[in-house]
Amino acid sequence: MMSSSQKRAEYRSLFKQNVRGRLVVNKITMGIILSSVIVALVPLGSILIEVFKNGLGALSVQFLTQIPGAIGTGDGGIGPAIQGTVIIIGMASFMGIPIGVMSGVFMSEFGDNRFGRTVRFFNDVFMEFPSIVIGIFAFLTIVLLLGHFSLWAGAFALSLIMFPIVARTTEESLKLVPLTYREAGLALGLRQWVVTFRIVLSAAKNGMLTGILLAVGRISGETAPLIMTVLGSSQFFGGFDSPMDALPLRIWRLSLLPYDSAKMQGWGAAVVLIIIILSINIGIRYYFSTKNSSKSKFLYKIIGGRKL
Amino acid sequence: MFINQKHARFALPTDKIFKIIAVVAGAYILVVILLMVFQLYHESQPIWQKEGLSFILGSDWNAVEGRESFGAAPYVLGTLVTAGFAMAMGVPVSIGIAMFISQAPKIVANPISMVIDLLAAIPSIVYGFWGLYVFRDGLLNYIEYPLHDFLGDKIWFFSSAPFGLDIFSASIILAIMIIPTISAVSREIMSAVPHMQKEAAYMLGATKWEMFKLAIFPYAKTGLIGAAILGLGRAVGETMAVTMLIGNATGPSAFPQTLFQPGQTMSSIIANEFIEASPASLHLPALIGVGFVLLLVAVVINVVAHILVSKMLRVKEGIINA
Amino acid sequence: MDLQENSPEKQKIDNRNYKMIAENVSVYYGGVQTVKNITMKFKERSVTSLIGPSGCGKTTFLRCLNRMHDMTKNARVEGKILLDGEDLYSKDVDPIYHRRKVGMVFQKPNPFPTMSIYDNVSAGLRLNGVRDKKILDEIVEDSLRMAYLWDEVKSNLKKPAMELSGGQQQRVCIARALAIQPEVLLMDEPASALDPIATQKIEETILELAKEFTVIIVTHNMQQAVRVSDYTGFMYLGDLIEFNETKKIFTQPQNELTAKYVQGQFG
Repeated sequence: MMSSSQKRAEYRSLFKQNVRGRLVVNKITMGIILSSVIVALVPLGSILIEVFKNGLGALSVQFLTQIPGAIGTGDGGIGPAIQGTVIIIGMASFMGIPIGVMSGVFMSEFGDNRFGRTVRFFNDVFMEFPSIVIGIFAFLTIVLLLGHFSLWAGAFALSLIMFPIVARTTEESLKLVPLTYREAGLALGLRQWVVTFRIVLSAAKNGMLTGILLAVGRISGETAPLIMTVLGSSQFFGGFDSPMDALPLRIWRLSLLPYDSAKMQGWGAAVVLIIIILSINIGIRYYFSTKNSSKSKFLYKIIGGRKL
Repeated sequence: MFINQKHARFALPTDKIFKIIAVVAGAYILVVILLMVFQLYHESQPIWQKEGLSFILGSDWNAVEGRESFGAAPYVLGTLVTAGFAMAMGVPVSIGIAMFISQAPKIVANPISMVIDLLAAIPSIVYGFWGLYVFRDGLLNYIEYPLHDFLGDKIWFFSSAPFGLDIFSASIILAIMIIPTISAVSREIMSAVPHMQKEAAYMLGATKWEMFKLAIFPYAKTGLIGAAILGLGRAVGETMAVTMLIGNATGPSAFPQTLFQPGQTMSSIIANEFIEASPASLHLPALIGVGFVLLLVAVVINVVAHILVSKMLRVKEGIINA
Repeated sequence: MDLQENSPEKQKIDNRNYKMIAENVSVYYGGVQTVKNITMKFKERSVTSLIGPSGCGKTTFLRCLNRMHDMTKNARVEGKILLDGEDLYSKDVDPIYHRRKVGMVFQKPNPFPTMSIYDNVSAGLRLNGVRDKKILDEIVEDSLRMAYLWDEVKSNLKKPAMELSGGQQQRVCIARALAIQPEVLLMDEPASALDPIATQKIEETILELAKEFTVIIVTHNMQQAVRVSDYTGFMYLGDLIEFNETKKIFTQPQNELTAKYVQGQFG
């Protein structure tokens, strides 16, 4: 029988002297990981560079304010598209935010039961629904009902994309409001709805605003659901009941034309759209990153890992 | 106590009303989903009645009056093939990014995760426009032609002449677009692995890579699969960029046979033809039927993904509470 | 040889008697010094306890001995830690070389949850390139025996480690650390999450291990320190106040603070 320390030594001698090789494997793997980051950053860099390089040159007061000129001439601009995007976002917000906020209030304040969990689950699932299907739904419910394409239909479709995002971020921000706030309010003899609106929602307004802005950023680039709802137009606003143009729609239409001038205008429209979206996104992130770390944790908590 | 007195005097059941409004708002989502499924099913009835199963299995696509015939198989297959290729390329890269972010110092990791999140903020239409005018040329000259020239004879899916607007380019643009989704969720999943698991691996003398294999991957497996499926859901529903890059074939020629041929997905056929389709003909019900199939596929994928991801994150909470 | 009391030569010869030596070790956490210039020597085949009120830096110090702070962001370690005369913190050596010589058991049991008992214990062996099933079996059995767990689990080694009780899980972790045949075993309050019976088993294990290993154990339980250790160091606010044979620390402490602490006047 071997002594114990002999046994230890023998076991040790069975180990392979493989540390150097393992460190090499580790280095290679870390290199692959780093290169996957680069692989993802290259398209982003290319998109931003190309959009700004090609798009900024196309911008002019005329381009931003006029209606599109005759096809292929390169005249005119994207005035109606910008106007349409602003109007549609406004209408969609008007339809989507109140119900989104209330739905968030429901999930946070009354959602601790089976029904609440069902709502939360389908809210998350609905966030990932193909937007084109939502467009078909808006077409079937609004366009067929009214008999023609209209701003209403487009705004309805976008509100459906918007409200689950608003609901979820509202819920997360309300959950971060300490229970003691609610208890303090109720102890003062306030009604629950007063506590919710006056105390809880006002404490959570930063998070909710973030959610709303992110939702706006998301819908401002949506194209597919607009195809079969607002259709597109080359005229300025002519009533909520008629078709309208929007930036993403205009980019699509321009991409279908074979002229170089259309391509230039497409870049111009793209840079306007990107500036709107990036200023919303970077603005929010900058606001949170300059504040203390608990705030950036908070941002992470409300938007982390979600497609927005 | 001004507010209190005011409400004491008017004995309206305000809290009850408040609760009812909240519940109705909560129920709205369920109503919308049910209505959506019903509407799409109902409005596509004519096509199911006429074509039956061959709407899913057939490949004819003819909207000319009198010779109407609709089979969506090439588009269903096109969606699956593009999404599948996008997954094959996007998932490893995304998990690599999540690994990088999870082990890099904060000062590097934070800006990178922020930039990757920006990738998610860029709208599909801009990806498509960039894909059409920038990406396509590069892809065609530096990847598609070389692949075709060197491997075209040997591997069937590189065999047809590259065009730039094909299944391959659509798949790659999809891969780029699903990276932010998958990497953001994977990042969250990996950070949910308890620190002491990583320490256990390091204690045994593991390198970083071995630590991932020993401690993180087995623990996070379910969640990572969920993250990937979430990306699949996004790839399946993605419309504009794919529509602009896939080449838009219709009918039997849209059957994916090689990577370098024009194809069509469920979402792109809808985007391309919906406006031209006459509500009086079978064309519109056919497109709505495609939408219905797309909806079902997306719902199944996303339900599975959410169950997996939330199961994983619940495990994390359980351990923190324990 | 006639050497001066504190000459470097004398120290060098002295140091040969020690397995592990910590020299002027300081740890900074984001600029705050939590371990202050500690020098300690650990004899081969002995058990050393580190005691002190919570937050005194004993766990932080222990983790230096295995370079576990390398992964902690914004932690910085100064000083030398010699294992058989080699500095763990020397720049040109990867910590992996040392970690296989220094095993560690953590405060909470942390077996790999998806792995079986067998896979947990053999995880470190597989890292070291041991593939032969026979050898794996033998070392796994040996390690589990040393951790006093073999008899309880030998019939179902394929069982997931998470299905064991807390005390058994902790002994799986001990076996996992022992399987890589370390020379030094660090234990960070290994029994703090366990019930008295499991604690007793762990203590028996430690006494047994001391016959072969250098064991360094952090504990907040003074009776435990008395029961298992040969030497005891008392730490307070990052300083090593007193370090001596356990008997002396508890019966004739030299420092007033130590005396108060071991008498339970604060903690």
